[in-house]
Amino acid sequence: MFLINCPFCGERDQSEFSSGGEAHIVRPKQPTELSDDEWAEYLFMRKNIKGIQFERWNHVHGCRKWFNVVRDTSNDKILSVYKMGEKPPVNYK
Amino acid sequence: MPNYRIHKTEYIDETKRISFKFDGKTYFGYEGDTLASALLANGIHLVGRSFKYHRPRGIVSCGAEEPNAICQIGSKKDLTEPNVRATELELYEGLQASSQNCWPNVKFDIGGINNFISPLIPAGFYYKTFMWPKSFWKKVYEPLIRLSAGLGKSPTEPDPDIYDHKYVHYDVLVIGGGVSGIIAAKMAAKNNLKTLLVDDKKILGGSTIYQNNESIKIDDKLSSEWLKIEIQEIKKLSNLTIKTRTSIAAYHGYNFLLAKENLTDHLPEEKKKNKIRQRLWKIRAKKVVIATGSIERPLVFNNNDRPGILLSNSINKYLDYYGVTCGENIILFTNNDSAYETSISLHKKGIMNTIVDIRKSASSELIKQAESLGIKIYFNHVVTNTFGYRKINSLEIMKLSEDGNTTVGNKIRLSCDCLGMSGGWTPMVHMHTQSGGKLDFRDEDQVFLPRENSEDQISVGSCNGDFDLENIIDKTVNKINKFLDIDNQDYQDTNIISSKENDKRNIWLLPNKIPLGKTKCFIDFQNDSTAKDIKLALKEGFRSIEHVKRYTTTGMATDQGKLSNMHALGIIADTAGVKMGTLGTTTFRPPFTPLTFGTLVGRNVGKFFEVVRKTSMHEWHVENNAEFENVGQWKRPWYYAKNGENMHDAVQRESKAARDSAGILDASTLGKIDIQGTDASEFLNRVYTNAWSKLAIGKCRYGLMLNEDGMVYDDGVTTRISENHYLMTTTTGGAANVLSKLEDYLQTEWPELDVYLTSVTDHYSTASICGPNSKKILNKLFPNLDLSDENFPHMSFKEDKLENINCRIMRISFTGELSYEINIESKYGHSLWKKCIEAGKEFNLTPYGTETMHLLRAEKGFIIVGQDTDGTMTPSDLQMDWIVSKKKYDFIGKRSLYRSDTIREDRKQLVGLLTDDPKEILEEGAQIVSNVKSKPIDMLGHVTSSYFSPNLNKSIALAVVRNGKTMKGQKLIIPMENKNINVTVSDTIFLDKENKRLNA
Ligand SMILES: [Zn+2]
Repeated sequence: MFLINCPFCGERDQSEFSSGGEAHIVRPKQPTELSDDEWAEYLFMRKNIKGIQFERWNHVHGCRKWFNVVRDTSNDKILSVYKMGEKPPVNYK
Repeated sequence: MPNYRIHKTEYIDETKRISFKFDGKTYFGYEGDTLASALLANGIHLVGRSFKYHRPRGIVSCGAEEPNAICQIGSKKDLTEPNVRATELELYEGLQASSQNCWPNVKFDIGGINNFISPLIPAGFYYKTFMWPKSFWKKVYEPLIRLSAGLGKSPTEPDPDIYDHKYVHYDVLVIGGGVSGIIAAKMAAKNNLKTLLVDDKKILGGSTIYQNNESIKIDDKLSSEWLKIEIQEIKKLSNLTIKTRTSIAAYHGYNFLLAKENLTDHLPEEKKKNKIRQRLWKIRAKKVVIATGSIERPLVFNNNDRPGILLSNSINKYLDYYGVTCGENIILFTNNDSAYETSISLHKKGIMNTIVDIRKSASSELIKQAESLGIKIYFNHVVTNTFGYRKINSLEIMKLSEDGNTTVGNKIRLSCDCLGMSGGWTPMVHMHTQSGGKLDFRDEDQVFLPRENSEDQISVGSCNGDFDLENIIDKTVNKINKFLDIDNQDYQDTNIISSKENDKRNIWLLPNKIPLGKTKCFIDFQNDSTAKDIKLALKEGFRSIEHVKRYTTTGMATDQGKLSNMHALGIIADTAGVKMGTLGTTTFRPPFTPLTFGTLVGRNVGKFFEVVRKTSMHEWHVENNAEFENVGQWKRPWYYAKNGENMHDAVQRESKAARDSAGILDASTLGKIDIQGTDASEFLNRVYTNAWSKLAIGKCRYGLMLNEDGMVYDDGVTTRISENHYLMTTTTGGAANVLSKLEDYLQTEWPELDVYLTSVTDHYSTASICGPNSKKILNKLFPNLDLSDENFPHMSFKEDKLENINCRIMRISFTGELSYEINIESKYGHSLWKKCIEAGKEFNLTPYGTETMHLLRAEKGFIIVGQDTDGTMTPSDLQMDWIVSKKKYDFIGKRSLYRSDTIREDRKQLVGLLTDDPKEILEEGAQIVSNVKSKPIDMLGHVTSSYFSPNLNKSIALAVVRNGKTMKGQKLIIPMENKNINVTVSDTIFLDKENKRLNA
């Protein structure tokens, strides 16, 4: 069970959060311009990384804010948290 | 009755005699005993039968690793408990225990015949044998296996005990209260760290607390005496909490651990009453010190499972802690020094004993001590067989060859009434590996050790492979200072004298002249698997340790292989000719020892099992015989059983009344989201399929929400309250998810929008009144409100007061009738409802539940998201193309509506179905076909909603059917178990296609 450092509330138990999958997938601004394949790429394709992963979490039973998390999926260590709209930390790749 | 209690100890209170029953017979023990020690004091070793061969089995150990002494305790239907280890169960007055794995009784056992046909029960026997004929499984094999397997009985009535949960935070958690745990806890607490020390036993001290060997001393005291002073000292530390009878069940990531505290299991029954039985501690610790010690290994030789064969150190504990000797003529069979401590203890108490040691020689302090006491030692010898059916009475030893691979010379027969075995020690690395830690193998004494890999946890003491006391204390102190970044000097001058083991020899499967196929060398006592089984599995091609484990069931019993896993690994490594370190181990999974369901569930039982949400009208529904339906967490009236009606009759009556005169529904559970902000209209445009910009203030509109994949997600009516203020309703079950999804888009995709979302579901209660007389009832409630179609048309909204209380009234309809929804602050909901009922009396205003609501909307062909849809339906599939805006550039899911798959013509589409026999009601979920003759039958779809309509006096149904849009008028078949039902595809709207009733 993770301890997640909500950028708005501080460290809380994982049970207060829900996971929202891979981060930094931007909804296309002009979906109608996209081919089926391009749209499918946005809609369905997600990475399944062993190692450093950027992901979205929602403090659903707290402040209800979405934010980003950098997590090493091989040991579940959370390396960084940052707010929506902020640039991902560069030292992880 | 024989008495094997031969001396007094400070841990047994002989002034407090306790009577208990074992297998129906009454015995006596004392306060401080476990069931196992009390049985041994009465000379009882035989406590059960083995799982597969039903061989007589005795107590083997004194702790959590016990494989044999597994009991059923308690005799009541609600309080009996299986799988209790007699070695851990503290004795209490009135305890009733029985051997678990024996039928009809422990001394005469039909299953014992398996012992003589055992060549027929090899590894994988159950997989291989009971496979065919298939029809035999249910009637013959399963009852037979169950009857003789004896896995214990579960209670047949609800558990009356109270269980509790508690969440705690500590700077440091120390697991295990032996020497190293006590030192670690003291160092942490004295350094001002909030510390928790847990130990599964009744008292702290581990195995050192009864240590009385003169060659092991600390500061000139016996190690046990020194430790008692330490314990006194730590009990005074204010920021140290000590929890005994508390065992860690699981070690999860981020130092989150679960511990089970036993609070009343040791008390007599009358004292258990109304007390919390067990508490589950949910612990978050910044740092964790693992000091869980080690478990003595058995040795694997022929017939090593007879009653009277115990672990050597357990014999020592029964003697020095409980004052009980396990025999009068004991042989100790060992490959290491620790059995010598037992031997010397036994000798001191005048118990005759002999040592058989597989090592060629040995030279530590302990061995010199044993030799000087004149104890007979057979070095370089091995036990090759044991004798005695219900208890061991003698054994055979032989000399080992130079390489240890075989035996040489003559057999020597030695008589005995007890055999202690010691195959070395296995560090308890369970906690370390559960936390994600890896292991390294130390060849020298063949142990897996924790690999230090974390700043947050550390292993100290014998669970870290440090076995002699000097080493344990020195290393623990150094490691803890470093781990906690402190500089504690308390143990700097501690003077420790301990015996160092110099000589090591390990043979996983001891040699024998008898071919392996004819021996019984047990590895897993509880699951009855032998060395032969492991070798057979390897012969049959199994290589992975995980596969061998499952095939032979080694290590899969309730003890999870605490005594067996290492030997299984060792034999596999030796046979396959690989190094044990490269083989790896099986996975150590929580819980370390079994947990009761009660502990896991805690107080969340009965009415606290799940959160229950009730509307403010709930009490009225209860008083008026409502049957309730669970919708999410909500309790919704399902139907109101008037004068003992059944559901069908009630629903028919309610539905008829709603269309003939008036009906009222508690609609408070619908999700309500308050939407405000200058971009609220734009936001609705993006989340719904239809257009919202032009919705006038005071008007309502139905909206359909899709997922980004184009599938229908939710629906509901949204009202424009003012320029920048909307009230959205969602389905009852979807409310939380819809809010979450909307927040997600708002915060992550469209942060530029000025929109604020607030859930107001619980803030308002809603009474929905429908039917031709609803306007008259409204008029009575709101006499000043102009209800004319001109002023208050369908799909519009007004505010008015009901006795000075503000109400929001929407003229919207889910039944197809003229209909009003009155919303009021929740605290007035109950009185609003009562006023409606009162006002409606003269019009036969009939309260109706969700079932009637479903029926009425089905007559009108309105969908229910989640019933007629299942996450694979597009608006077009639902024949609702009219609600999808062609003009809007984008909305959630729009692009997916013309993917190649969503524009397929032959998708499943919503249709109506009419049965040829109007009285026949279809089953929801029933399959739909066009032809039952050609096989395989082509499945076209299924029924999603089905009712008998009292207003149409016929059966109606909604269904999804492949290509359904083009099939109107076509005949289809619903094949049921005993008959085929003929149906005709129809329109989805069955009643009032022209919507005349909305303005009746
Ligand atoms: Zn938060």
